[in-house]
Amino acid sequence: MYGTRLRPLSTATVFALLGAFALAAWYAPMDADQGFTQKIIYVHVPLAIVTLCGFVFGGIMAIKHLRTRDPRYDLRSYTAIHVAQIFGVGALITGMIWARASWGVWWEWREATLVSFLIVFLLFATYQPLRFSIEDPERQARYASVFAVTAGAFVPVNFLAVRLADAYIHPRVLTTSGSGLTAEMSVAFFACVAAMALFYVTMWRFELAHKHTRFQLRALRRKLGGDEIAYGRSAAPQMLDSDLPAPS
Amino acid sequence: MGPEDADPALVLDGLVRRFGERTVLHDVTLTLGRGRTLVVFGPNGAGKSTLLRVLATLLRPHRGRVRILGQDLPDQAWAVRGRIGLLTHEPLLYRDLSARENLRFHARLHGVPAARVEELLEAVAMRLRADDPVHTYSRGMVQRIAVCRAVLHDPEVLLLDEPRANLDPAASELLEPLIGRASGRTRIITSHDPAGGLAEGDLALGLKRGKQALLRPVGDVSVAEIGALYR
Amino acid sequence: MSAPRTTSTRAAVGALLRKELLLERKVPQLIPAMALFSVVTFVVFHFGLQRRVLEGELAAGVLSVTLLFAAMLGANRLFVADKEEGGFDALLLAPVDRTALFIAKVIAFLAFLVLLEIVMVPAFAILLLGPTPSAAELAQLVAMLALADIGIAIIGTLVGALSIQTRARDLILPLIALPLLVPVIICLARGIAPLLADTGAATLAGRWPAVLGLYDLIFGLLAYAVFDFLLDD
Repeated sequence: MYGTRLRPLSTATVFALLGAFALAAWYAPMDADQGFTQKIIYVHVPLAIVTLCGFVFGGIMAIKHLRTRDPRYDLRSYTAIHVAQIFGVGALITGMIWARASWGVWWEWREATLVSFLIVFLLFATYQPLRFSIEDPERQARYASVFAVTAGAFVPVNFLAVRLADAYIHPRVLTTSGSGLTAEMSVAFFACVAAMALFYVTMWRFELAHKHTRFQLRALRRKLGGDEIAYGRSAAPQMLDSDLPAPS
Repeated sequence: MGPEDADPALVLDGLVRRFGERTVLHDVTLTLGRGRTLVVFGPNGAGKSTLLRVLATLLRPHRGRVRILGQDLPDQAWAVRGRIGLLTHEPLLYRDLSARENLRFHARLHGVPAARVEELLEAVAMRLRADDPVHTYSRGMVQRIAVCRAVLHDPEVLLLDEPRANLDPAASELLEPLIGRASGRTRIITSHDPAGGLAEGDLALGLKRGKQALLRPVGDVSVAEIGALYR
Repeated sequence: MSAPRTTSTRAAVGALLRKELLLERKVPQLIPAMALFSVVTFVVFHFGLQRRVLEGELAAGVLSVTLLFAAMLGANRLFVADKEEGGFDALLLAPVDRTALFIAKVIAFLAFLVLLEIVMVPAFAILLLGPTPSAAELAQLVAMLALADIGIAIIGTLVGALSIQTRARDLILPLIALPLLVPVIICLARGIAPLLADTGAATLAGRWPAVLGLYDLIFGLLAYAVFDFLLDD
């Protein structure tokens, strides 16, 4: 059943995030040039990494959905992309704050990673409008999966193209590994990535549980009200009673 | 039990098709022998067109067994696709192309020689207008070309959605050898006309809100019973 | 009589392509609209940028963006006749491989884009372009445009088929296709900028056609693999 292990998972997430941020704040040394503002990379970069992985994960679930026609994979793909979008907003905002703090501008076109991220984010922003504009729920699920597979494959291709376009104008300002970070910084950084990934998984599980509860509620109402109850169009996946696993 | 019953053209067992959370076809179960005709009655929205689209392999069944010409749908749809002809309210013709161009396009898709196109144009008395664009035709003429399209590849099973809706009696007679009983094909016909429909078929199926309300040989069905489906 | 009948994919692609070109020849819709749009866009750019002549990066940008937007116009119309006049059902009823439709549409769209460029590139040279490219530069420009056209045709066909079944087709299509085509714009604009520059003999950096070729390959294979699912109900 969905939602059974949410409490321990949530607790673990809270402690992981607190621990990772504590490492970032006190254990990792202050950056020589940028001072405290550099600490935002412990939030911004993990958010961005988790967002992109979430999009690709949504694409992988979409492949499974196309292969099996099992609506549960569509739900997983939808939820993965939806949560990644929310993380993506956070990554964009923290990225802009960081650009403002270190370069004095809110947006920096020469920062290839940021630009690539924006393009990917804009592409995935059409996911819900696409779903919403298709009425037949089965076709909606299938088309959304085709989109998710294509957009998921686009993530690495886009990063390659944008990076190439910029390579000769502007050397990479920041590298997330190697010479850019000291050993202590790396430890704190990877702890933050891991905690953020756990946070993503928790949010994903929460939304899955929420959607499942809603399906079951609908199924019950349909049993009471007969087959005649109609529901409005929705961008979220719909499932039928027969698709749901038996309650345990 | 005739020999055709051993290898029926169509077997449906508990066919279910849904549209989202709405069930459009509930547990439809029947068997139809080769060369026989099934007439499907029912008010608008009863699921008649959906049934035809499932049988034409355009929609997948959600549950139950569908066996047509000895092949199970949807897994073996590829094996029956070239052996079924579908005639719906939409003629499936490009309006800016002529009848001849449309039929030649379909002939190429089905691997049928171009001579068959000429033969059919002759049969439906459309030879003189065959090079005019389809959008200049009357509805009856469009229907005649649509019939040609449906039987172009000489299908063993014909799925006909109110085939005589736009036809005058003369045109209806013209099409008889192609889609009538004389064609010798297994036919599934939807109809709103109780008397005419019963005269055409061997087996009558009544659908009401997607449920199978009636299934009997036409001899045992009265016109009044069909009329009751619509109430 | 009872053996399954199937038509070869090659024959099906031939039939579909023939129908596509016949329709465009009898009732020209896409090519005149795209060509006219591109010329109007050049006029708009002239006033918007307040330049009499363009060269280098600006010329490359105007040419690539105009091509992309004209292509969006075409992609929007690519499946309209099939959707409204039953072409999808007709194909699904025939014993053919469904990817034949994808292949035929990509080839047809590619042909339309090439015809568009036959009008668009000379119009650009007359109206806006400052320097006159040499024969070698022109050949490189054509090669880059061809590589970009393949990518645009693949994405335009895939997203065109995706959006044709939606309620807001003309809104959804550019929203999905434009971000997907950003790598094409990057490579095309960066690649042809030195060819259109005032500085004299320039050569194309090898990485732009290489990335474009890679993009075409990846999305060609991907679209080929997923296109089936758009037709399967």
